[in-house]
Amino acid sequence: MDNALRELYQEVILDHSRHPRHYGALEGASHKAEGYNPLCGDKVTVYLKLGEDGRVADIRFEGNGCAISQASASMMTDMLNGRTQADAEKLMEGFLHLVKGEDAAGLSEDDRETLDVMGGISEFPMRVKCATLAWHTYKNALEEGAT
Amino acid sequence: MNAMGQIPSTSPAAGACGFDVRAARADFEILWRKVYGKPLVYLDSGASAQKPRVVLDTMQNFAVSEYANVHRGVHFLSAAATDHYEAARRTVQKFLNAAHEDEIVFTKGGTEAINLVSYSYMAPKIQPGDEIVLTVMEHHSNIVPWHFLRERQGAVLKWVDVRDDGSLDIEALDAAITPKTKLVAVTHMSNVLGTVTPLKEIIARAHAKGVPVLADGCQGAVHEIVDVQALDIDFYAITGHKLYGPTGIGALYAKRAHLKGMRPFNGGGEMIREVARDAITYADPPARFEAGTPPIIESVGLAAALDYMMGLDRVAVAAHEHDLLAYAREQVRAFNWLKVIGDAPGKGAILSFEAEGMHAHDIATILDREGVAVRAGHHCVQPLMERFCTASTTRASFALYNTRVDVDALIAGLAKARGILGNG
Repeated sequence: MDNALRELYQEVILDHSRHPRHYGALEGASHKAEGYNPLCGDKVTVYLKLGEDGRVADIRFEGNGCAISQASASMMTDMLNGRTQADAEKLMEGFLHLVKGEDAAGLSEDDRETLDVMGGISEFPMRVKCATLAWHTYKNALEEGAT
Repeated sequence: MNAMGQIPSTSPAAGACGFDVRAARADFEILWRKVYGKPLVYLDSGASAQKPRVVLDTMQNFAVSEYANVHRGVHFLSAAATDHYEAARRTVQKFLNAAHEDEIVFTKGGTEAINLVSYSYMAPKIQPGDEIVLTVMEHHSNIVPWHFLRERQGAVLKWVDVRDDGSLDIEALDAAITPKTKLVAVTHMSNVLGTVTPLKEIIARAHAKGVPVLADGCQGAVHEIVDVQALDIDFYAITGHKLYGPTGIGALYAKRAHLKGMRPFNGGGEMIREVARDAITYADPPARFEAGTPPIIESVGLAAALDYMMGLDRVAVAAHEHDLLAYAREQVRAFNWLKVIGDAPGKGAILSFEAEGMHAHDIATILDREGVAVRAGHHCVQPLMERFCTASTTRASFALYNTRVDVDALIAGLAKARGILGNG
């Protein structure tokens, strides 16, 4: 198989897409947003519950789409849980740089290690939007999706 | 074409059925290139077809030696360009077998042709509650212009379903036509299912109730021989870039009697007879609907593309495309994880499918790396996707220049995609 494809469809990614974590609606969500890519029909809904300290107390998603969009949403919910908003913002920024093949120096070492599996997407510019859909939806939920 | 339902058993060897695919491939240089080091296998002609060298040369030669604006200058080049532009109109007339050249209106594509009918013909006739009959397999370009009339004027859209195999139930369509129906707008060939609709029968049924018919021929005109007089159709829309011609040009065929009574579409130069400060009169059709400088170079390219097509044995080309479809259909039977969407008898050369546990975009990405270009997504037919309970499908569409080798590459790529994405 060609290396770029092997990088893109790593076992970790396929596992996340087949067995997404934190999947389903979240009762009592404080924020919610729907993300939609009209070009390909990928859909994702992100549910968010902010704690009193402003941290992400719980986050879930629902949706359907390609392996990349679903894996990315699953990983995102894994990683954002428990973070402060500022930390989440930093993570998102780093992630967006990473999938576009740009300098992601802002990421902590741990985060970079976790997100390493998403690095292969930068070789597939047409698929970057699949990877970023859930993250943009998270941001929308936070900024405009108070329930 | 009655033979459409029969799958020819001939091999695709050169000349075996009156069409030499190897010679045709030589006309399309882009097919010789590689992508990611693999030979290009272009199975996305349903989205846009590649152009033969003669189309590109004709456009270039015209631009180099005879180009000017049309219908206005008195100078030599303007007259030459006008001759070419009007000759292109006659080529479209011939391609569709229209009775009169003034029944051909140049547009920027199929979408604009349908919008023109919606705005100039239909809108002034619509009262709240009037109905427009559509099928669920229409492309958005044959849905949205009618939604405009629903939103703005209270028209009612009546949707005719397709059967599970993708075929159209003519009785269901007939039943949907009521005394309130103002138009039947139907595709000639579905861009996803490949279904070829029984236009002649549809038109006969609609006309029996006094209802005109518009056909979206963007796919149909590529694969079927269209005779608008034999069909007795009211409106037929085509687009250049799917007909092996350039982008930016299409055409609307409309019966003279309809065009005569239609209000102008865009306003501007070319479409007027006289403009005063507080009065205006409009040009006769087709100029009335061709405001502004038209796609002149593109018209010449479109004519070259249609001449190219008419220079081939089109029945043999259709047989060749059907052979590819039948071959591909047979090959994918071995994949029990793959479900074909659309198996209507006599369907055109389009193969759409879903794969269990594998999303269309992931399949398309893996195929792409094998050099195989397919379309993945909702194909601008969301009501149809809803009908078949899917968000997206993968589509391989075959053109005159494809071969069984292309199908083999598709099949090998699909097996590979299965290997990578598996069923976990």
